[in-house]
Amino acid sequence: MTAGGTQSGPLPVTVVGGYLGAGKTTLVNNMLRQAGGRRLAIMVNEFGALPIDSSLVEAADDRIVSLTGGCVCCSYGEDMVSSLAMLATLDPRPDHVLLEASGVALPGAIAGTVGLLSDFALDGTVVLADAETVQRRAGDRYVGSTVRQQIAEADLILLNKCDLAADPDAVEAWLSEAAPGARIVRAEQADVPIDAVLGTRTDGSTLRADGRFRDHTSGYVAAELDPPAGADPEALARLLADPAHRLLRAKGFVRRPDGAMAALQVVGSRWTVSEAPAGALPGLVCIGLKGQADLAAVQQAVGEAKASTPATG
Amino acid sequence: MTNTVYPARKIITMNPARPHASHVAVRDGRIVGAGTLDELTGWGAYTLDDRFADKVLMPGLVEGHSHTMEGTLWAYVYCGFFDRMDPEGTVWPGLRSIDEIVERLREAADRLEDPAAPLAGWSLDAIYYGNRRVDRHDLDRASTQRAIGVLNASGHILNVNSKALELAGLLKPGIDHPGIPLGEDGLPTGEMKGPDAMAPLGPFTGFDRDLLACDEPGLRRFARLCVRTGVTTAADLANTLPDDAVDMMLRVTAEPDYPARIVALRRFYGVTPEELIDRVLGLRDRSQDSLRLGIIKVVADGSIQGFSARLRWPGYFNGAPEGLWYIPPEHLLEIYQRAMAAGVQVHTHTNGDEATELALDCVEAALRKHPSPDHRFTLQHCQLADAAQFRRMTKLGMCVNLFPNHHFYWGDQHYGITVGPERAERMNACATALAAGVPLAIHSDAPVTPLGPLFTAWCAVNRRTATGRTLGEHERIGVADALRTITLGAAYTFKLDGEIGSIETGKRADFAVLEDDPETVGGEALKDVRVWGTVQGGRIFPAAEI
Repeated sequence: MTAGGTQSGPLPVTVVGGYLGAGKTTLVNNMLRQAGGRRLAIMVNEFGALPIDSSLVEAADDRIVSLTGGCVCCSYGEDMVSSLAMLATLDPRPDHVLLEASGVALPGAIAGTVGLLSDFALDGTVVLADAETVQRRAGDRYVGSTVRQQIAEADLILLNKCDLAADPDAVEAWLSEAAPGARIVRAEQADVPIDAVLGTRTDGSTLRADGRFRDHTSGYVAAELDPPAGADPEALARLLADPAHRLLRAKGFVRRPDGAMAALQVVGSRWTVSEAPAGALPGLVCIGLKGQADLAAVQQAVGEAKASTPATG
Repeated sequence: MTNTVYPARKIITMNPARPHASHVAVRDGRIVGAGTLDELTGWGAYTLDDRFADKVLMPGLVEGHSHTMEGTLWAYVYCGFFDRMDPEGTVWPGLRSIDEIVERLREAADRLEDPAAPLAGWSLDAIYYGNRRVDRHDLDRASTQRAIGVLNASGHILNVNSKALELAGLLKPGIDHPGIPLGEDGLPTGEMKGPDAMAPLGPFTGFDRDLLACDEPGLRRFARLCVRTGVTTAADLANTLPDDAVDMMLRVTAEPDYPARIVALRRFYGVTPEELIDRVLGLRDRSQDSLRLGIIKVVADGSIQGFSARLRWPGYFNGAPEGLWYIPPEHLLEIYQRAMAAGVQVHTHTNGDEATELALDCVEAALRKHPSPDHRFTLQHCQLADAAQFRRMTKLGMCVNLFPNHHFYWGDQHYGITVGPERAERMNACATALAAGVPLAIHSDAPVTPLGPLFTAWCAVNRRTATGRTLGEHERIGVADALRTITLGAAYTFKLDGEIGSIETGKRADFAVLEDDPETVGGEALKDVRVWGTVQGGRIFPAAEI
């Protein structure tokens, strides 16, 4: 596998949406603190003071703020496309872009634009919901439809501020109806593992020997699977994205029947299969919520996928 | 200390105490008085200047909602369906077929020396070419070598050729995007609909810069258009006013022959509400006669024809989703509260009636917290407001600047597609606004529609669509009201009505110099009133020499 940061090919972009005050900025700061060698590029649209913890800021010039660990931040305003293009020219190039949408923006529209840019690949859309207020906001006469649409466009919903909600179970049940295709992760202060939000790094450093995360493991389960050689990567991705498995993310490389290596990426129900970078080795990392995702069942299903897919190469 | 006295065929003063005068006396750029020559001789020595003896003088017209980028856009190829005058006075014939569009683009492409330079056009209006959409194959006939992008009149669609798609990496099958229609070959047709689909093409077609910014040549050309349309004061309604732009605008507008007064509003963007107030207070201190600063502009929603305006139930006539917010209500309220507390005026773009309702709610809440005498918060466009909303505006001390030009350019589409017959007939309800006592202005939103307050007045008086339908007989206003609205009415929305907008003792010597009398030509002919030029701050600007 290649180490993070040296990959070529499209630059992955995660769109972070959610209404004003849902915790988008807190999430971004949490991601920066967990970056651990990943070069994250943060794009913010909210006005005014830099929404990044000052302890993470190293230097700032006109367009770019340098953060610790090789991360950067810039604001994009109405010129998202050229700001993205500028990030792609940085040397060293960022490993992953987190694009923070404004509080009333529809993340699906931003994701749609990212999907049109040849140098970028949409990784997924993460929408934060404030467990204390989201249901009331969703019924607001002015912003209700906007809040509901933001939620419906998520691959991954971060149900945040669960400590402040009277009945987070009820909120989660309501959310799962509002966004049947999305996976829901509960959090307080937007504290979630970076691998659940941005996917695992591809250098295998995510997991401990026992298959658990190195950090932020409570509440999550992960497994490294051996992808069956010769399986159809599209079929495999579809399988991993099946809501029945309740995986948050899956990522890795699979050898196609013709011997070529494919990169496979699953975020909730969204999946993409693309050409793997040179030197990639087979392997699949799956992440889910403890008590929800049944990794043994996933492993079995993956194995059966192999059995049912005739190797032709 | 000698006055200059101008006799005129007629002087329409907008001063109800003496609505008409035969002479006006001017000194140091201001009006000494208007009346008979006999009355004005009482002011002392004078020179009689009879160059306007056969002209009609009106107070200099005030355009309350335009963008100086109109001057910048003329650097691109005009592709509109209707005839339009450029800043130099050349009337570009409207393009009545797709072939004519292609031909004008091809001629412009052939004139470019750099074979790789993109070609940008503007003001295409695809709705006027029947069922036929302009596609990339059409534009390919103008050039296959260089990227071509043509912005629609509404600003919500960009038509591009194959080369532009190729450069952007989008000339490929499998694109799945609501704003990118595909042809039978599975490739994009070249119509990029909405800002999300347009954005990736911008850098390749010359449209990547801030579309509402203006540059120095554009600012100069904009002022020439002002002279040609009788405008002496015009808004630049959505500038972000970075320091270098302010420096440039202060310098250019202060030049002895710059013929217009620009009221530049600072659009809410890139700062917190708190910083916005500080910034605008700082700008206010830098104001000069020719460049007025210190007002905030906020955009609440999108546009009706782009289906991004926020409409109340039952929403769009064709069932389109209910539009987009461009600001969270919490931020709008915070800006209003801080602005009320600081005594700063805010103009708010609300197209849909739900956005208008939100603005009214926020103004009311802000006023309860910070009672603010004579705040004159103004709703811009406000196209779908109903009678109850106009009554609230009156009670809340607000002004409105409506957009009657829409009736002519898109009225038929509003009737049939966007909002349906009933609301189309009450759109831009000028008569209701006046009856409710809301201080009223009307505007062109140039470059969205052409600058020209007399045309805008014609639209408010006749409410005629491009196909000749009268869209809401009840909302037509009289010529006298329309003329007052494009002078004192618009001046009031900027708190300049004590200074401009009428021909009275002490006010700025700003006149629209007309060949015809707008009071007697009849409402049908208002748009055809010929403009000789302007007098601005006592300086004389014939359109023929600008």
